[in-house]
Amino acid sequence: MSFYELVKSIKSIRFGILSPEEIRKMSVVNIVTADTYDEDGIPIEAGLMDRRLGTIEPGQKCQTCGNRVRQCPGHFGHIELARPVVHPGFAKLVYSLLKATCWNCGRLLLTNEDVDKYTILMDRYRRKWPQLRLRLADRVIRRASKNTECPHCGEHQYKLKFEKPTTYYEEHKEGTVKLAPNEIRSRLERITDSDVKLIGLDPQIARPEWMVLTVLPVPPSAVRPSITLESGIRSEDDLTHKLVDIIRINERLKDNIDAGAPQLIIEDLWELLQYHVTTYFDNETSGIPPARHRSGRPLRTLAQRLKGKEGRFRSNLSGKRVDFSARTVISPDPIIRINEVGVPIEIAKLLTIPERINSYNIEQVRRLIENGPDIHPGANYIIRPDGRRIDLRFPKDRKAVADAVSIGYIVERHLKDGDIVLFNRQPSLHRMSIMAHKVRVLPYKTFRLNLCVCPPYNADFDGDEMNLHVPQSEESRAEAGVLMLVQEQILSPRYGGPIMGGIQDYISGAYMLTRKETILTREDASQLLARAGYSGELPPPEINEPKELWTGKQLASLFFPSGFNYSLKSNVCLKCPSCKKEDCENDAYVVIRDGKLIKGVIDKKSIGAGQPESVLHRLIKDYGTDVGRDYIDKAFKLFLAYIDSRGLTIGLDEEELPAEAKREVLEAIRQAESKISELIDTYKQGFLERLAGRTLEETLETKIMQELEEARELAGEIAGRYLKETNTALLMARTGARGSFMNLAHMVACVGQQSVRGERIIRGYMNRTLPHFKPGDLGAEAHGFVYSSYKDRLNPIEFFFHAMGGREGLVDTAVRTSQSGYMQRRLINALQDVRVEYDLTVRGTDGSIIQFKYGEDGVDPAKSDHGKAVNVEKIIERVVKAGGG
Amino acid sequence: MGKFDLLDHELVPQFRIMAKEEIEQLRKSLGVRKEDLPWMLKSDPVSKAIGAKPGDVVEIVRKSPVAGRSVAYRYVVPG
Repeated sequence: MSFYELVKSIKSIRFGILSPEEIRKMSVVNIVTADTYDEDGIPIEAGLMDRRLGTIEPGQKCQTCGNRVRQCPGHFGHIELARPVVHPGFAKLVYSLLKATCWNCGRLLLTNEDVDKYTILMDRYRRKWPQLRLRLADRVIRRASKNTECPHCGEHQYKLKFEKPTTYYEEHKEGTVKLAPNEIRSRLERITDSDVKLIGLDPQIARPEWMVLTVLPVPPSAVRPSITLESGIRSEDDLTHKLVDIIRINERLKDNIDAGAPQLIIEDLWELLQYHVTTYFDNETSGIPPARHRSGRPLRTLAQRLKGKEGRFRSNLSGKRVDFSARTVISPDPIIRINEVGVPIEIAKLLTIPERINSYNIEQVRRLIENGPDIHPGANYIIRPDGRRIDLRFPKDRKAVADAVSIGYIVERHLKDGDIVLFNRQPSLHRMSIMAHKVRVLPYKTFRLNLCVCPPYNADFDGDEMNLHVPQSEESRAEAGVLMLVQEQILSPRYGGPIMGGIQDYISGAYMLTRKETILTREDASQLLARAGYSGELPPPEINEPKELWTGKQLASLFFPSGFNYSLKSNVCLKCPSCKKEDCENDAYVVIRDGKLIKGVIDKKSIGAGQPESVLHRLIKDYGTDVGRDYIDKAFKLFLAYIDSRGLTIGLDEEELPAEAKREVLEAIRQAESKISELIDTYKQGFLERLAGRTLEETLETKIMQELEEARELAGEIAGRYLKETNTALLMARTGARGSFMNLAHMVACVGQQSVRGERIIRGYMNRTLPHFKPGDLGAEAHGFVYSSYKDRLNPIEFFFHAMGGREGLVDTAVRTSQSGYMQRRLINALQDVRVEYDLTVRGTDGSIIQFKYGEDGVDPAKSDHGKAVNVEKIIERVVKAGGG
Repeated sequence: MGKFDLLDHELVPQFRIMAKEEIEQLRKSLGVRKEDLPWMLKSDPVSKAIGAKPGDVVEIVRKSPVAGRSVAYRYVVPG
């Protein structure tokens, strides 16, 4: 049964072309009958399912090798072609060969001196630059093809024409003549071995004439198995169908030749044979119609079996399937740590880890065995030292089994809390798409993950599913735990900054907690800190009279390590021309001194995901991933606790503007409109100044668009002035938690210009977008300007234009994802085994150098300071602070 | 258009054919064969301008936005 005795290692691979002799030598049967089985279902002798081609039914012995199904490798047969045909895969090379050699004497069309020169060159290339050999061969062919007279026999060379896929013509004075494959073959036969070498082929394994087939190999029946349907009807493989066609035409051709049929008929059949052979190799050859099944479905022939996503390579050789994996829907869990993943009990009971019994764990393991496969911390199998497996589903008395195990046994126990597993969400575009998590076994049926790991996985909870894999060896678990654990991936190599961090409510919560007006009673403060898992002392209250009160900043400070100093501008910063820094009246300048938040509000710039140079970034860089992880686990819970206690909602009446503001918005739009009609007037009178590089019409369009864009911006500005400070949407936009100011303006003021392909909407009827407008109307309303805000509702025409713009967005995303996916695939294929060596050179697998220093500066972006190896400013700041403070 | 020296163009970095000993030193320090260096064709405009021949190694000194000055090497091959 064992194949292992036969396993050999591959030292090198050499590709060549099968010669007719070789094809006959490896063939076990010459196939002459186009049929497969007779009425009784017995394979026909010398038919396509001949017994000698290998066994396909179990219990049968192979007529060639005597083996049974599993052992019989299958054997090739062959078809003797009545007339030669060109192998379609070599058609182009055959063309080059014909062009480069003399039709009469078969020599390369080069003078002897040239031949000598190129022979020497070829020899040197072979030794020094073997990769360039084919380039030289190309040059030889190009040189030789230019010659119109043979330097050896003096014959004039005719011009050759190649018509895809397999036809060649020679241009004589009297007209063009088609070259028959047998003529081609005899010309190729005349090429000398030394000339063949100059063309870049090895004549030992690839003689040119072998590119024209005289014998066709028939693959073993195991390669093209026939299937028996339930109704008892046999259905043959596509390849068999194609071979049937080939044999049928081949036999007809043979008969006609023997009968001395007219040349015309023979040529027709010959061409048909060429067609069948061509489609047998590749049924998607350009220039010829694909061969079809009776049902009209194109046949899946040799090339189709290998090519593409569903082909042999990508689907069967690169496509791996694994055990010890699980997949289910994901849902959020803000309570578990970022390093953890919630695993449903049902999954934990199916996924196992092999654990070897030793004197330390034997008691626990015995308890697991007693629990068996159905009670959670249990076990599914025991592997005895002799390799036998005991299935724990069957023994009635598991207690006895548990007592029987001893040191050296291996138990496949259920997944339990703290086990390291790999967690993945497709598409796996970067290394953070697969991270190691620690298991947390939980009830219910979804994988649970902390919200802070959503950005690296690009996950949300609208039905996303994720995969989980359980490493089975100590080494793999250790490696995953050290290199791939979530906390080790917080800093992304994509840009110098943390890819994980606060999103949405975390940011709103942090902002609300840390702003000036937040003061808390002892009770509130204790409650919040308890939820965050803080167990130390409460700091002394900021305010003592009339009663003890704490500020939000005080609570947020508790999670910074002491001695931590940092300062930055927050997201709410108005970007004043001169920054007052610590005296900012908006509390937008964050100052952390000795681990205390002195000034400023915490928002997206401080704790946001994907924010370089943030508090979080600095914390991790200065204190390590353990501190960073702990901060996210605890402080972030405080932010959520606060937002939970306060509540954060958005309501329709919040998006209402006072009548005064509405008037102002309207006025702004009216003004823009009058400017536009002025523009249109000047255009119609022919006074409009043309902009450089545009036509008059384009100029008008751009100017109108500019005007409308300004109008919308102005409307937004007005709206912003009138919105209350307490507006939640405004809070979220300002802190960077969600949405932008523009979104808000769309809701309350004016949606603005809709566009398709970067222009105002112009499609629809002739000279107008909709029948509601006059032809040639250039006004804002007629070309997709939406006056209303979402709150005020859109009128039907506005709605229609809005849908047009929205549709373009959807189509764009769909197109972009497929395009960037393909680009990613190609980049990964090209770069997959490039690596950085210890000397910081970037090299390929063969040691060839690609970069002399990684990224020219040898800096790891994940460990760098915003792309630079060191951040001088920060260092100075720290030194000065330390000296001064 | 008049003739111009492409090496004078500001976007073209500095090229220099290395001496035998230098090549040997470079080879040793990187632990590679000459063929493992990135290649440059003899027909490359720069090869022609500086007269590099197959087997030569060319040193390129570039100004780099990230590293300030970066040095690279090319092994000249026929073609």
